[in-house]
Amino acid sequence: MSADPTQTLAFDSSCHLFNGCGFDTVAPGLHSFLFKPLWGDADSNVYFNKTMLLALLGSIIVVGFFWAAFAKPKVVPGKLQLVAESGYDFIRRGVVYETIGKKEGEKYVPLVVSLFFFVWMMNLWSIIPVAQFPVTAIISYPAVLAGIVYILWVSLTFKRHGFVGAFKNFTGYDKSLGGVLPLSMTIELFSNLLVRPFTHAVRLFANMFAGHTLLVLFTVASWYMLNGIGIAYSGVSFVMVIIMTAFELFIQAVQAYVFVLLTCSFIQGALAEHH
Amino acid sequence: MSPLVQLAAEEAENPLIPPIPELVIGLIAFVIVFGFLAKKLLPNINKVLEERREAIEGGIEKAEAAQTEAQSVLEQYKAQLAEARHEAARLRQEAQEQGATLIAEMRAEGQRQREEIVAAGHAQIEADRNAAAQALRQDVGRLATDLAGKLVGESLEDHARQSRVIDRFLDELEEKAEATR
Repeated sequence: MSADPTQTLAFDSSCHLFNGCGFDTVAPGLHSFLFKPLWGDADSNVYFNKTMLLALLGSIIVVGFFWAAFAKPKVVPGKLQLVAESGYDFIRRGVVYETIGKKEGEKYVPLVVSLFFFVWMMNLWSIIPVAQFPVTAIISYPAVLAGIVYILWVSLTFKRHGFVGAFKNFTGYDKSLGGVLPLSMTIELFSNLLVRPFTHAVRLFANMFAGHTLLVLFTVASWYMLNGIGIAYSGVSFVMVIIMTAFELFIQAVQAYVFVLLTCSFIQGALAEHH
Repeated sequence: MSPLVQLAAEEAENPLIPPIPELVIGLIAFVIVFGFLAKKLLPNINKVLEERREAIEGGIEKAEAAQTEAQSVLEQYKAQLAEARHEAARLRQEAQEQGATLIAEMRAEGQRQREEIVAAGHAQIEADRNAAAQALRQDVGRLATDLAGKLVGESLEDHARQSRVIDRFLDELEEKAEATR
C-alpha cells in the first residue's frame, strides 16, 4: 500500500466552481481510502496509519464502555449498566438464542457480542467528527473478522460431523437430487467454502465503502460548488450530507447486525444435524 | 490533472486486496475486545444477571409461599368458624331443651306447691272452723244459760244438767241446720 498525497480535507483547497480549476483536484475516489502513514514507511509494510489508530482506539472505547458498565456490576443496575445490559441482551437473546438456540449458543455469545460491538464501533468512526472514516471500509478489517468466523465455522463442522459428514455438509449432499447432484455439489462447495467468507467480509466492507464515498462526495461538492449560482446546488448537497449522515448511522448498526446474524447462521449450520 | 492526482491514480490499488499490516492490527484490535469481554466482563455480568434472576424468582417463590400459607390459614379459620357456629347452635339447642325441661319442672313444682298450699289452707280453714264452732258452741251455751238464768230469775247452777240441756239444744240446732242445708 502506498501513501496517497491527495488525502487532504476538502476545505484545505480554495478551489471552487467557476474558479477555473478542475473538480478532479478535489474529487473523491479510491485515494480517499488511502492514508499516509503516521509512522513508518508505506513500502516496507511496517507502518502505522489513521485506520490502525482508529481500530485500536475503537477497541479501547468498546472495552472501556463495557468495563465502566460491567466491571463492578450490580444486581440493581445503574444507568450505564442498564444500557450495556440491554445491548448485550439484544445480541444474546435476539441474535444468538434466536438462531443457534439457548443450549448450544451460550458458548458463542462472547464471540458474537464482541463481534457486534467491535464492528459497530468501527463503522461508527464514519460519522464521529475528526475521525470521519469507517475503519471497516478498509477490506483488511472485515476480512480478519470474517476469517475468524470462517475458521470457527469450518473447524466446528469437521468436529461435529467428521470428515465425510463435513463434506456432505459443505456440498449440501442430497440423494433426492439424482442426476444434478454432482453439479449441485460442486456449486455448493464453491459457494460455501470460497464465496461465503468473501461475501461475508465484502458485504460489510462495500456498505461502509459506499457510505463513506457518498458522504465525502456530498461534503466535497458542498464546498466546491460554493460559488456564484453553484451556492443553490451547494445547499442541496449540504442537506444531502445531513441526510446521508443520519442514514449512515442507521446503516452502521444494520451492517454490524447483519454481520453477526450471518456469523450465527454459519455456526448454526455447522452444528445442525442435517444440512 | 495535477501531478498529485496522477500519482494517486497510478498507485491506487484494488481496494479488495487487504493490506497485511491492517490485517494484523485488525486482529489485535479484535482480540483486545474479545479478550476483555469473554474473559472478564461478560462472565461478570452473567453472574449478576443470574443473581438477579434468582432474586426475582426467590421473591416470587416467597410470595407464593406466603400466599399458600395465607390460604391455609384462611381455610383453618373458616373451619374453626364453622365448628364454632355448629357448637353454638348445639349449645343453643341444648339450652332450649334444658330451659323447656326446667320450665316444665318449675311448672310441676309450682302446681304441686299450689296444691299443697291450697290443701294446707283447706286444712287450716277446717281447723279454724272446728275451733270456731267449738268456741261458739261454748259461748252460745254460756250466753243461753245466762239469758235463761236472767229470764227465770235463778241461777242455773246444775252445770251438769245445764250442759246436757244445752248440748241437746245445740244438737237439735245442728240437725236442723244440716237438714236445711
